[in-house]
Amino acid sequence: MEKFEKLTGIAAPMPLVNIDTDMIIPKQFLKTIKRSGLGVHAFDEMRYLDDGSENPEFVLNQPAYREASVIVAGDNFGCGSSREHAPWALADFGIKVVISTSFADIFYNNCFKNGMLPIVMPQDVVDVLMKDAEKGANARMTVDLENQVVTTSDGEEFAFEVDPFRKHCLVEGLDDIGLTMEKAGAIDSFEAQAAQSRPWV
Amino acid sequence: MSGKTLYDKIWDAHVVQQDADGTCLLYIDRHLVHEVTSPQAFEGLRMSGRKVRAPERTIAVPDHNVPTTLDRESGIENEESRIQVEALDKNARDFGVNYYPVSDVRQGIVHIVGPEQGWTLPGMTVVCGDSHTATHGAFGALAHGIGTSEVEHVLATQTLIQSKSKNMKVEITGQLRPGVTAKDITLSVIGHTGTGGGTGYVIEYCGEAIRSLSMEGRMTVCNMAIEGGARAGLIAPDETTFEYVKGRPHAPKGAQFEAAHSWWKTLFSDDDAHWDKVVTIKGEDIAPVVTWGTSPEDVLAITDVVPAPESFSGGKVEAAKRALSYMGLEAGQKLTDIKIDTVFIGSCTNGRIEDLRAAAEILKGKKVKDGMRAMVVPGSGLVRAQAEEEGLAQIFIDAGFEWRLAGCSMCLAMNPDQLAPGERCAATSNRNFEGRQGKGGRTHLMSPAMAAAAAVTGHLTDVRDLMAAPAEA
Repeated sequence: MEKFEKLTGIAAPMPLVNIDTDMIIPKQFLKTIKRSGLGVHAFDEMRYLDDGSENPEFVLNQPAYREASVIVAGDNFGCGSSREHAPWALADFGIKVVISTSFADIFYNNCFKNGMLPIVMPQDVVDVLMKDAEKGANARMTVDLENQVVTTSDGEEFAFEVDPFRKHCLVEGLDDIGLTMEKAGAIDSFEAQAAQSRPWV
Repeated sequence: MSGKTLYDKIWDAHVVQQDADGTCLLYIDRHLVHEVTSPQAFEGLRMSGRKVRAPERTIAVPDHNVPTTLDRESGIENEESRIQVEALDKNARDFGVNYYPVSDVRQGIVHIVGPEQGWTLPGMTVVCGDSHTATHGAFGALAHGIGTSEVEHVLATQTLIQSKSKNMKVEITGQLRPGVTAKDITLSVIGHTGTGGGTGYVIEYCGEAIRSLSMEGRMTVCNMAIEGGARAGLIAPDETTFEYVKGRPHAPKGAQFEAAHSWWKTLFSDDDAHWDKVVTIKGEDIAPVVTWGTSPEDVLAITDVVPAPESFSGGKVEAAKRALSYMGLEAGQKLTDIKIDTVFIGSCTNGRIEDLRAAAEILKGKKVKDGMRAMVVPGSGLVRAQAEEEGLAQIFIDAGFEWRLAGCSMCLAMNPDQLAPGERCAATSNRNFEGRQGKGGRTHLMSPAMAAAAAVTGHLTDVRDLMAAPAEA
């Protein structure tokens, strides 16, 4: 997995609450058997008009935000299904960070598995970051995972929390499965013990 | 020290290893797999030369993409859908996992097949690359959805790296009124707490109204825990659970059943357990409900009117405006005045035998309103067979419903069962998101009985108006 240390980039404002995974990547694009190439379909129904052309109203179609790498979003971002296609689509588009007051649990987990950083901030901070994002392409936000700080284009700094294990995996670009495989002995013991205590399983 | 919740007990029984920061490696007893969220995980195994660690604990079934029309044996027309189902066929064969192919009468929606075949048992950990895995919590199993990377992790290691959630108790006291069902309970809870109200928690549903539910009803309640944001929903197992489990193909038998039974009986929350959040709702206060908007929290009693966006606060004002525009509704409109084009009965929320019985009860001797499209999609081949045996299928067919084969179907419209733009649907499924049932499609969520009532009248309807009046005393 690609390492995540520090990023400076354009932040796109998406203040709508409850942006669900069906909005992020509609089901017709879940039929793929690959992880890659979903970026062009991210936010499909909001991003494209019925004739297939881009909807100029949609934030990521506006010249200032086409290269966005951060989304500042309304409450409960990523609610709905478990589809990892949602972070795959965002990552493929170029989004590395999403900032909101809250995230749906499965989406939040899925981000970390794909080198992306979801950041939970209180409402007043999200409001400030949303305003900063609204300034457009000249206003670049910096996300420093190592020091756990988001810096606005004006230099205002906000600290954020992140689970230490997840941070470690992101910063080092570690693969969970490899780490767990090293614990095969403990899994063997657990299975042997469970075969005694719960043989019907 | 306080006692343990049911969640605490199941969690503790599955910790393989705990790190200093509290992160745990949790053992997974059952891994359910479907065709949409698994191909990249199996591909990952192949690329790294890994095997499935416990194929005997892994159960695969195609459900999202499969056609539900009677001619489906002739194959899947959409090429991508076909490739995805074929990939699961191949992966199941190559890695040696338990498999119910499309041609098997036991095939159906993964969350209906698992319990039906006795794979889901009390006290287990159950995961699937599907958010509605919460369904299995009805058995007192810790069950939740995972992403594809985690699917690969479970396939390779039979474990998950997890941090523990907080404990939330949702108590439904007393009894439900006539015409009110498990679906009305679960929607009402989400209406009460909001779609983010359960985020960070595992919910245990309890109280007399929950205890009185059948296993089918309990599965409906737990199924939508995820719509309330919770990682999982749980109901403590009791005699209703044990009766349901007993005799199922993969449930323990004889002495093994007795041993299991004595452990299962210890699976309840202690009286002095600590709850981080408690929500109590009176069963008698729950009405038959429908959703009016594009979030499962947009729940109102059928007797209500479409709300004004200004009646909300914060970001919900804009969201409600957008929802009303998408749904083609006006604030103040009576919900029962909303005309319906299509009725969909099915899904992992409401595709079980009891759901079909409830709908058939309303439809008996009645007809679907002229010009409407109505379909029933049983949750599994076995549910379908049972409904045919009980005469329910004939009631649906006589009423003018299409009687389909098992699958996820129009719940998420990955197969050909889709809404057209602007088409309005009374649906027994779980999500009313924009575009969920087809681009531009408008979804109102409700119980099977309410959906059947809407099919008869052609508009959202209070099912109590169609129920046989009780005899005068």
